Amino acid sequence: MTEERFDAIVVGAGMSGNAAAYTMASRGLKVLQLERGEYPGSKNVQGAILYANMLETIIPDFRDDAPLERHLVEQRFWVTDDTSHTGMHYRSDDFNEPAPNRYTIIRAQFDKWFSRKVRAAGAIVLCETTVTELALDAAGKVIGVHTDRAGSVIHADVVVLAEGVNGLLGTRARFRKVPKPEAVALAVKEMHFLPEEVINERFGLPGDQGCVIEAAGTISRGMAGLGFLYTNKESISLGIGCLVSHFAATLESPYALLDAFKNHPSIRPLLAGSEIKEYAAHLIPEGGFKAIPQLFGDGWVVVGDAAQLNNAVHREGSNLAMTSGRIAGEAIAAIKSRKHPMTSDNLSLYKAMLDKSFVLKDLRKYKDMPALLHTNSRNFFTTYPQLMSQAAQNFVRVDGTPKIEKERATTAALIKARSRWGLVSDAVRLALAWR
Amino acid sequence: MTASVVRIEDKLYQNRYLVDAGRPHIKVRQHQSPSPNLLALTVVCPAKCYEVNEDGQVEVTADGCMECGTCRVLCEESGDIDWSYPRGGFGVLFKFG
Repeated sequence: MTEERFDAIVVGAGMSGNAAAYTMASRGLKVLQLERGEYPGSKNVQGAILYANMLETIIPDFRDDAPLERHLVEQRFWVTDDTSHTGMHYRSDDFNEPAPNRYTIIRAQFDKWFSRKVRAAGAIVLCETTVTELALDAAGKVIGVHTDRAGSVIHADVVVLAEGVNGLLGTRARFRKVPKPEAVALAVKEMHFLPEEVINERFGLPGDQGCVIEAAGTISRGMAGLGFLYTNKESISLGIGCLVSHFAATLESPYALLDAFKNHPSIRPLLAGSEIKEYAAHLIPEGGFKAIPQLFGDGWVVVGDAAQLNNAVHREGSNLAMTSGRIAGEAIAAIKSRKHPMTSDNLSLYKAMLDKSFVLKDLRKYKDMPALLHTNSRNFFTTYPQLMSQAAQNFVRVDGTPKIEKERATTAALIKARSRWGLVSDAVRLALAWR
Repeated sequence: MTASVVRIEDKLYQNRYLVDAGRPHIKVRQHQSPSPNLLALTVVCPAKCYEVNEDGQVEVTADGCMECGTCRVLCEESGDIDWSYPRGGFGVLFKFG
């Protein structure tokens, strides 16, 4: 094995790594994929929502055998205070289409399936193998990897770093820095099992239709953060994530936060009677466009979460990971077919292709959002949610107070909390960052 | 709802681990008193791997680690901790992820 030379080595078997390995192997490249987990998926954590379009581009007939949980027909956005939620729900029968747009998935199962496709395409997948270091030549070009298995360097023309948000290789080689605490969120999640019929009834979901709740407000205790609830077939994924820098500053306990969210009066009845079978924690890249590191160099490219490719505003990550992996694979295959070397100059093709895709276009659009939300977290995640809740209660509670007085009270509360100038400035900055 | 009623041991008990006995993948650098970020890990680590010992120093027991990297993001650059992956096949093995 150590005598062999590969066209490409892919480090990691998550969404981006599998997409890259599949793309290259199916174009005839000799690919070795290394995964430190017992099986592909055993180290991977996600909510998880699968965006069909991006997988379809890679594996058009994935619906035939991929382990999909439910296709999503309903999205609930909630703004919470301690006792209530104000919601906007979008549910459409249009999502009950022959080729649905979004599905819930369970990553450990999905990643095993994806890995079978990678193997069928011709890649060699080696699990239980930790890559400990990149092998560089005297000029600093990546020429292969060192692993914790016995043997010398495994050589390849190019190494695809699909090592995830907490990847060590690229940072150890000084290709990029360890993410800053303000550029990553820590999310904790539990898997709550319930009979399929109970989930169907509780959420009003016939068959394999699914629903997503995303909640922001006092549940994050002033930190920039988001709670989520995803319906799987026979389980509910429930979690909450907040910026690591805010955890460190407030000294909130992640699992206490998760338990408080679980016990929120709007969430608790949805989980009643469930059996918890797993507790997971994971980092989510939140730095957006400005946190994206150098994406290529001599003999290497970086894809997915390791490259901070995550759209925090739309809660999209796995599709950006998958697409960056596919594009890296296509770029490498194109360079290879021209018999060109895997130099930094040639591999810049990957960045050029990524620039033209939705991945970098979307991240560029929201480049100012992270700074806005992260530095004004108490306003956006506590003050405004509380005001919204008061306004909603004022509107619906019937107690003999004349309506004109109620409206005045709502307006006064807003101005008292943030001042006229504060309200206008928040609105303007939000609009500018969204633009 | 207070933090004290949540027992992290009960949560971690649900998970599957293959502990690489005698080869911890995280080490805390020797110190007299912990830096603010190192001390923060005793609360912020989602598996509560970090604890203060009777001498006021922070110690790590990484058996329940979910390899999220929060401690690495907060404390690797300063040199407070040294973080590696567990050997292939060891560490947390998510059933669902």
